[in-house]
Amino acid sequence: MGARRADLVDARPRGLGHGGAIVPAMYVLIVGCGRVGSAIAKSMLAEGHEVSVLDENPEAIALLNRHQPESWEDLGGSFTVGTALEIDALLSAGIESADAFVASTNGDNTNLVIAQVAQRRFAIDRVVVRVLDPGRAKWYAQQGLKTVCPTQTAIELLEAAVRGEAVGSA
Amino acid sequence: MYVLIVGSGKVGWNLARELKGKAHEVTVIERSRRRYEVVEEELEHAIQYGDGTELWVLERAGIERADLVIAVTGDDEDNILICQVAREKYGVERVVARCNNPRNLQHFDLLGIKPAISATDLIMRLIEHEVPKYGLLHLLDLKQEKLEIIEVEAVSGSLADGAAVSDLALPEGSLVISILRDGGGFVPRSDSQIRAGDEVLLVLDIGLEESVTELFSGRVPA
Repeated sequence: MGARRADLVDARPRGLGHGGAIVPAMYVLIVGCGRVGSAIAKSMLAEGHEVSVLDENPEAIALLNRHQPESWEDLGGSFTVGTALEIDALLSAGIESADAFVASTNGDNTNLVIAQVAQRRFAIDRVVVRVLDPGRAKWYAQQGLKTVCPTQTAIELLEAAVRGEAVGSA
Repeated sequence: MYVLIVGSGKVGWNLARELKGKAHEVTVIERSRRRYEVVEEELEHAIQYGDGTELWVLERAGIERADLVIAVTGDDEDNILICQVAREKYGVERVVARCNNPRNLQHFDLLGIKPAISATDLIMRLIEHEVPKYGLLHLLDLKQEKLEIIEVEAVSGSLADGAAVSDLALPEGSLVISILRDGGGFVPRSDSQIRAGDEVLLVLDIGLEESVTELFSGRVPA
């Protein structure tokens, strides 16, 4: 299965990164297909990457199909139904061939555990993890995880807005 | 000892009772308001309401001075995280984690959370004790040390039947440590004789099970 994916990646045109720079296509595994996960999945696929999405809810694929000319799978994306913490689900979603891993379920603790599994057991270099709690996001970032904390970002933007400072088009 | 218990289900609540009964200082953290109110009637100030995976809740409960942290919530990811921050952030020396789904034990292992206790796993081992597979029972696996302790039954007519311990052609890396017979047990000497029906405990390097058990089973190796 890994070989098949590798062939696909090679056959695919190289993706266009931001600013038009040619970047090699990656195999991106996104766990948790909510608003955030599905949006990242669609952008990554549009940029020419191989994208696999795992979610425990079979209905979540609707978010991937929404506002798309064709269905997610017809566009070349893959979708697996399974529990994030189950190693078998991660394997069938292709974690062994992933170059990048996004943990974006709605559970901070699930995200932190699977991100560490991706990093330590599967040696994936690019692991990003969404953590809503600023406390845990900060501490795990100090431990070497690439955490993104929407709460902290919102706090900073809102504080800046209250002070009347210029806020980026976020 | 100061013991912090996260999760006040049946396990957490009863552990708290037992530990308080032994004069330990105990704080329990419970994140469900309803459950908290029920348990609080008995434990009073020894239970706090909050999400025990949040750092400030753990700090409010005094995790920095805890001698032992026990994570027994119903969610394995929570138990892993609680033990991980207890040890690595707050320097708690001893942690105990409950593993609800035995398939998650590999995550506990990977992140160095031990001991991780899985009731399902323990019961499975007990069942296997009653119905030993091929007469072999794993009593203890020391994964890091790459050693295991097993129990095998000496079958009538096997190479072990009637042999002295020193005459057993045990592979390098294995040792008989005990013989269980007639409801008792003893540590054998090299001239102790093994009889059919004996249950023999051995310590061995992982991977030697087969070559050890064939000495005790009826099958004679080709």
